[in-house]
Amino acid sequence: MSLILIIEQILNGVQFGVMLFLMASGLTLIFGVMGLINLAHGSLYMVGAFAAAGVAASSGSFLLALMAAMAAAAMAGVIMEMIVIRRLYDRDHLEQVLATFALILVFSEGTRFVFGSFPLFLDVPGVLSGPITLPGGIQYPLYRLVLIAVGLSVALGLGLFISKTRVGIQIRAGENDREMIAALGVDIAKLYTLVFALGAALAGLAGALVGAIQSVQIGMGEPILILAFVVIVIGGIGSIRGALIGSLLVGLTDTLGGIFLPELFKFFVAPDVAQTVGSALASMAIYVLMACVLIWRPTGLFGARA
Amino acid sequence: MTRETLLNTLLMALLIGVPLWAWVADEPFTITLATRAVIFALAAVGLNIALGLGGLVSLGHAVYFGIGGYAMGILAYHAQTYTPLMAWPFVIEGTKFMPVIWLVAMVVSAVVAFVIGLLSLRTSGVYFIMITLAFGQMFYFFTISWPRYGGEDGLSIYVRNGFPGLNTLDPIQFFAICLALLCAVLWLNARIVKSPFGLALGAARQVPQRVETVGLDPFRLKLVALVISGTICGLAGALFADLNRFVSPTMFSWQMSGELIVFIILGGLGRVFGPVAGATLFVLLEHLLGGVSDYFLFYVGLLLLLVVLFTPGGIYGILLGRSKS
Repeated sequence: MSLILIIEQILNGVQFGVMLFLMASGLTLIFGVMGLINLAHGSLYMVGAFAAAGVAASSGSFLLALMAAMAAAAMAGVIMEMIVIRRLYDRDHLEQVLATFALILVFSEGTRFVFGSFPLFLDVPGVLSGPITLPGGIQYPLYRLVLIAVGLSVALGLGLFISKTRVGIQIRAGENDREMIAALGVDIAKLYTLVFALGAALAGLAGALVGAIQSVQIGMGEPILILAFVVIVIGGIGSIRGALIGSLLVGLTDTLGGIFLPELFKFFVAPDVAQTVGSALASMAIYVLMACVLIWRPTGLFGARA
Repeated sequence: MTRETLLNTLLMALLIGVPLWAWVADEPFTITLATRAVIFALAAVGLNIALGLGGLVSLGHAVYFGIGGYAMGILAYHAQTYTPLMAWPFVIEGTKFMPVIWLVAMVVSAVVAFVIGLLSLRTSGVYFIMITLAFGQMFYFFTISWPRYGGEDGLSIYVRNGFPGLNTLDPIQFFAICLALLCAVLWLNARIVKSPFGLALGAARQVPQRVETVGLDPFRLKLVALVISGTICGLAGALFADLNRFVSPTMFSWQMSGELIVFIILGGLGRVFGPVAGATLFVLLEHLLGGVSDYFLFYVGLLLLLVVLFTPGGIYGILLGRSKS
């Protein structure tokens, strides 16, 4: 196993991690501020991907497609929040889980009704396609590097937004004490809708960006939704920093586990057995990671509340 | 007779009457549908012990359902291929004998529920929901990437497993087995609700501190509830696999876990027969709407949304008013 392969895999892991972050940051904000478990966050990811595929097919512009993805997801998020989610803030977790599970069914089947069952394709824009040579002679797809850059800048922007701006301060205050900030004259309903729209737009962006390297299809949101939940549980619910570290941990564990676990087992057992056992274990690796973190720290790495 | 008892009686009369009618009218498909409803009900009753009584929102009960399914699949696979399950240090043969399969399904589910419970009950609230979901995904991805028993394609069993004295290939006889097991579990559930253990568990759900002050350990109560609940789901899984003569990783999928919760909420949380009503309604909808529209899950989603938002008591709540508990 060469060094180049290892670096490539680390880059893949980071790329996967930052895309997870785009999902997880929205989820963790929504949970932190509103105390809501939103299983339908994956549907917003799917909406973003379908909007991007639709707009890219008719306009040919990838940038326009990205903007459409964010707008469509944010809009779907606002509608979802105003019609359904708003009624769930005071309910218990069980009812939130169920209602948002129901939303997944409605969104998935609705999208299937509009776009059909076949996957759509979203092409990587011409300028960004093809590999680039990194220092050390490593060939790596330019688009994936752009994804890493976009993800990290969103993380930075979101961090600044939460810590420096007035709205950001209100969001943090809302996490700590929602009665108090309502008493101070902040329109809490509007703030909730805003946070939800922000989370939705990030999910839509992630959907469109990932849609260009995978296919755009019904149900694409659920696997990444579950991973995003793993991320926020590892990072500690409500913490943006936790979401970033959790995303990178999950991204790297998943990518590197798939490569190294089979190799590792080859030291102990026959190669074909090692391949089977190694890849079977690798597919479980992130869940094992999560279970370990929760057993060690039941509220995640950066979680405060029990 | 209270209205709830009347409704329970009506429900069971429906579950027994329709297949009997179908048997007389020679409509085996209807019997299969009813069997499906009964098996789902069995799994949901099992989950309800953890969820309704213990307040443990587990989004990972498909684990036990799947384990039951694979217990049946693996044992029957070795029996039909005449290969031993294990050759060393001692030989274990596969089997096509239902009671043994059930026993294995239940014991393995119980052990797994015990281990998962030990780990996951350290957390609570949202973290508990997520860690149970994660355990579910662990099993799901493991079965997908483990090629020995079919991997993603699953395992087909060609002949339904046998039960002494009965012909299980006859739909009505297999239905009778499943129904008898459902009745036994419902009886057990009603006993648990009234037992000292059930009362303590209910109290641990409501005010854990108070339970602790009288010297009971909420952790242990919840762990026992989770083990009983998982064991019943395992049994249901074995029956489900026998009904389809097929197991696949989808039995472990998180949608399966979600659907089990849906059965309970559709029927009515906090009622012994609620999961039965919910599972029956779901199978009915699946059949009726599935025939009319390809997008039947869309309507199920809408219905579920309406039930959660506006009628928290489910079917029982609509018909009887809100539950006391």
